Amino acid sequence: MRSIMRPMSVARVALNAVATHGGAMPGGATNFETSGAAFLGGVRAAWLSVFAYVLFGTYIGIGALAHDFNFSLLWATLSTVLVWAGPAQVILISALGAGSSLIEVAVAVGLSGVRLLPMVVSLLPRLKAPQTRARDLVLPAHFTAVSMWVESMRLIPGIAVERRVAFVNGIASGYMMSALLATVIGYYLAARLPNLLTAGLLFLTPMSFLVSITRNSVLLVDRLALVLGLVIGPALAYAAVDLDILWAGIAGGTLAYVGHRIREALR
Amino acid sequence: MNALAGELWPYLLLVLVGYLPNEIWRALGFFAARGLDEGSEWLVWVRAVATAVLAAVIAKLTIFAPGALAGVPLALRLVAVGCGVAGFYATRRSVFVGVLTGEIVLIGGAYLLSL
Repeated sequence: MRSIMRPMSVARVALNAVATHGGAMPGGATNFETSGAAFLGGVRAAWLSVFAYVLFGTYIGIGALAHDFNFSLLWATLSTVLVWAGPAQVILISALGAGSSLIEVAVAVGLSGVRLLPMVVSLLPRLKAPQTRARDLVLPAHFTAVSMWVESMRLIPGIAVERRVAFVNGIASGYMMSALLATVIGYYLAARLPNLLTAGLLFLTPMSFLVSITRNSVLLVDRLALVLGLVIGPALAYAAVDLDILWAGIAGGTLAYVGHRIREALR
Repeated sequence: MNALAGELWPYLLLVLVGYLPNEIWRALGFFAARGLDEGSEWLVWVRAVATAVLAAVIAKLTIFAPGALAGVPLALRLVAVGCGVAGFYATRRSVFVGVLTGEIVLIGGAYLLSL
């Protein structure tokens, strides 16, 4: 497993984790005494990361959008808890509000959610300790979103394996609290938000996704996948190919993986 | 009765066309992950696909921008993204500085163009 991480980055992650939470185990993993402590450690990590603030801005925009399309405040906050994916919520609110057919809305939301599948598949196996039950992984699966996935993948190498579920639940809860508060604030601010600010709030999602995924892409295979996705995605969208995001992901990811295997073979 | 149904209708829609079509991917991921352990070679490929999907989403949100962001010219959006990434590298990979730089360029640029 370690062979796919550069020694430098493992050391750096472990060092960060120790600096943030104190108390290193011999293996270099942070040792939280209880699951509760690991959960709070996750909440703390969430609020120390830029995503808590990026989500806050993004969900101000989503709260305002829900208000503009005449959804209730309860509906807006429930959508944040249940859907828990910014792009899907923007599509859901604007498409329902614009009176699109229900099938169309469901398909558009479903297409935007494709990215969650490989994220869940790559995250859950890393949370499993010998005593972890399948039902312990239900909540982390629902909590999986870009923000939570990026921070979890970065920080869990430094967390003892039996505390990882609690830790990532803490990260996601910290983010969700930020998003819920912002949904409510955005809902009430709605009419007073200038256009320029709304554009800036919508820009937060692509800008923060790009910079944080760049930070997380330390290995050749991830860097290749990032660049290929950035190129293939818009090309397919421009050519109006159906399921453009899905195909860009499979093609870009597979090409990057082939590149990684070729380099391994040449070593 | 009808009034109650009318009030509950938006919540039913939220579940049927919002929650379920999105959550299905998490559920599929949950079951697909069951047989895999942390060291599996498959995970390298799955993570590469996840990264490429995310990159495609980023590019699409920037180029085919939604709502008020579409009012900002494409060239300015791309320049802002470039400046954000440059700011990130210039400050020893600070995500915060990267995002802030991109936002300042986007909003500042749009303001100067008096949009």
